[in-house]
Amino acid sequence: MNQIKKALLTPAELEQISKRILADASQHGASAAEVSISTNKGFTVTAHDGDVETVEYNQDKIVEINVYFGQRRGSVSISDLRAEATQAAVQAACHIAKFTDADPASGLAEKEELAFHYPQLDLTFPWDISVEKAIALAIQCEQEARAYDSRIMSAEASTISTVEGLHLYANTNGFSGFFPFTKHDIGCVLVAKQNDEMQRDYSYSVATDPKQLTSISTVAKQAAERTVNRLGARRLRTCKAPVIYLAEEARGLLGHLASAITGGKIYRKASFLVDHLDKQIFPSFISLQEHPHLACALGSAPFDNEGVVTRSNVFIEKGVLRSYALGSYSARKLGMKTTGNSGGMHNLTITTGNKTLAELLKTMDKGLLVTEMMGNGVNLVTGDYSRGVGGFWVEKGEIQFPVQEITIAGKLQEMYKGIREVGSDVDLRGNIRTGSILIEEMMIAGE
Amino acid sequence: MSDILQTVRKDLLDPAGLTDNQLHKVIQQLAGPHIDYADLYFQSSYSESWTLEDNIIKGGSFDIDRGVGVRAMSGEKTGFAYADDIVMPALEQAAHAARSIVKQSSSQSIQAWHKEKGHDLYTVSNPLHSLTETDKVDLLQKVNSYIRKKDPRIIQAALSLMGSYETILVMGSDGHFGADIRPLVRINISVIVEQNGRRETGYAGGGGRFDYQHFLMDDLAFHYADEALRHALLNLEAVEAPAGAMTVVLASGWPGVLLHEAVGHGLEGDFNRKGISIYSGRMGKKVASELCTIVDNGTLPHARGSLNIDDEGTPTQDNVLIENGILRGYMLDKRNARLMGLRSTGNGRRESYASVPLPRMTNTYMLPGQSAPEEIIASVKSGIYAVNFGGGQVDITSGKFVFSTSEAYLIENGKIGAPVKGATLIGNGPDVLTKVSMVGNDLKLDTGVGTCGKEGQNIPVSVGQPTLRVDELTVGGTK
Repeated sequence: MNQIKKALLTPAELEQISKRILADASQHGASAAEVSISTNKGFTVTAHDGDVETVEYNQDKIVEINVYFGQRRGSVSISDLRAEATQAAVQAACHIAKFTDADPASGLAEKEELAFHYPQLDLTFPWDISVEKAIALAIQCEQEARAYDSRIMSAEASTISTVEGLHLYANTNGFSGFFPFTKHDIGCVLVAKQNDEMQRDYSYSVATDPKQLTSISTVAKQAAERTVNRLGARRLRTCKAPVIYLAEEARGLLGHLASAITGGKIYRKASFLVDHLDKQIFPSFISLQEHPHLACALGSAPFDNEGVVTRSNVFIEKGVLRSYALGSYSARKLGMKTTGNSGGMHNLTITTGNKTLAELLKTMDKGLLVTEMMGNGVNLVTGDYSRGVGGFWVEKGEIQFPVQEITIAGKLQEMYKGIREVGSDVDLRGNIRTGSILIEEMMIAGE
Repeated sequence: MSDILQTVRKDLLDPAGLTDNQLHKVIQQLAGPHIDYADLYFQSSYSESWTLEDNIIKGGSFDIDRGVGVRAMSGEKTGFAYADDIVMPALEQAAHAARSIVKQSSSQSIQAWHKEKGHDLYTVSNPLHSLTETDKVDLLQKVNSYIRKKDPRIIQAALSLMGSYETILVMGSDGHFGADIRPLVRINISVIVEQNGRRETGYAGGGGRFDYQHFLMDDLAFHYADEALRHALLNLEAVEAPAGAMTVVLASGWPGVLLHEAVGHGLEGDFNRKGISIYSGRMGKKVASELCTIVDNGTLPHARGSLNIDDEGTPTQDNVLIENGILRGYMLDKRNARLMGLRSTGNGRRESYASVPLPRMTNTYMLPGQSAPEEIIASVKSGIYAVNFGGGQVDITSGKFVFSTSEAYLIENGKIGAPVKGATLIGNGPDVLTKVSMVGNDLKLDTGVGTCGKEGQNIPVSVGQPTLRVDELTVGGTK
């Protein structure tokens, strides 16, 4: 790991490179330019059958440059930071810009929007772990998982990975900012066998701070439990029933909303939420807000992809859509102002209720608990929704048996309005933070 | 071949003055005792894309990525590292890291190089230079104004033109020494139409290992635009899709994504070596109706999934996976082949120098049968006819797979009825193939749009099939 640290370029070095690139662009006659540089280093180890299977060392760097000639734009990306390479890249971007049209909405973010005094967020917690130690942990994880139940025949792989990175953005409006980050993972994928049936499931933990990772034993146990619980899965008869999305799958359900209110989708009229500002989308007990400056959170960023101040936008207030998620380009297209969401949202968080998952099951009484989703049958232009799922059938508020090879379908507009409860079991492993979600009724297709 | 090697050497090795001798030494150090196999993979990739939206050329981008991946394998273990500078110190450092998978280090002699003779499936010239920049943006402008004029209901049209030129050089401790030049082009067109407050979208596109001239021939780009519009207008009329198990007729071409998901992934060597595929241990057994013969063929000229040599230097092959319903073969890379005591089938592929090779598909399709497509549709009393799909996904262990329709119709009493909204179809790989009761005589490959993801690595692939009747498949509609 020490070697890895040494090899990452320092912020000062990256800043120097970005300045050189912006100066090159100006010299070529560009009226404006911006550059982002991301670098990271780390490693991933996997274990299988009680031994190490792979050791992968990662080190990546990517430079992305936009140059503007008035409102014409050219872009280039390269992985080489040496002066001759970046010079050639700037030249290529300038060449491209000659063949593009003047786009009235194009350009850097407005100067007054830039985060010249951005906060220093606590996002970097290096994991002082050697490759040898990571291998030992991955092997331990696999062994504990296999010891959990004799039906577990094989760990497809147990994984430990760690990465440290640095992100810098600078533009010719005088902005230059950077932030370092770390990300660490423990993962365990298992296969369980019973008679002729095989099932596969997994568990994982991911955090910016290794201290916040779930223990190896817990990941192994969760993965083992989940996999064994899948055994004996059957289909359901085609029916209508209430559905609970387990928190980790509920994240995807809100992800569709996050995507549908993105400026790019709105100005292209490629969303079912076009012209829906100030309209009721969810029941009034639901609000959705982002928290970009949380310490130790995977989705945090002090500024967005254009150097714009990130802020705690409220997108849904008491069920009503209050704001789209905009970067400066889509904002100009819509005659609005950027919301600091170029590149996406940051720690989008839903108001949660106080029921545990077990209590949610009781509330539902009879219906489907979805723990796995397959495919991508979601049309954001219309809201039509149809996806493959696996999970459990619930009766009298208790899990009865695992189910598979079924689909659930509906329309996002109606599904969002049909949310009855949000559980307290919030999953913090992603950029969207939600508990399990109970929806009144969906169409289930099976036998 | 020697031309290819010369061009590739000039692009990848000459700038840093790397000689065969130096590389030989690196591999020699890499392939010490306890190392079964080691390789170096040099790659450079130049790609561009041009986008048109709101009637203007909004942007163009150009990307360059170059690097070298170094791999050492011992038994089941793999050590892997890469460098994005193709220079000797970076290469040596990566080799050292990859080598650390086994503790001892001393060098050992390796096989003498023999140049791997690959196929000659596509052009070796750079597609990025096959049109001038002016002609590239002109093409997009012309297609845009053509389609916009065609129907006033179009409220949005987005077009993109993409091309890439890749050179690769692979040197293995088994003496394999191969090079390839890989062109790839693509055009995409999507439109949004609006009628009485209802908005719908349509998409079409295609490409392959051609240069851009391909899109000018027979006005191909304009045909894709027509197709995108037709698709969008059809969606304006779509009714709710049915829910439940029913007979499904799958059209020829891209619906072959069924085979990619239901069969292909389950026959990749890694899952079978570990015994965790639903097809594990079923070699020589019946896994499909006898009407089904399915191949993975990496040798089709110009196809998106084709390669002259795979990413381990093995020439690609036409591999039979299922023959008249009987499971005949897995798709293998060198690693899994070695561990299973078999030979690589030319299916070792990687996204780039920065990722390890895995057994992957190339062009996967079912061979044609006897039935006329009309006859297949006429045979169905009640069901759906699925013509086009979005993506799919599979769980290779349980065999469950899904794929989602983007163009489908009801079939009533042997006749095609109203179009239905997108629905996900779900099934179990081996079950579905036993339920194939008619196979059409109209084999077609997709237009060159497939991208397959596995373990985070995306690679271009093709799929294809003739029209198929599947007696029962679960359709995830709302009604």
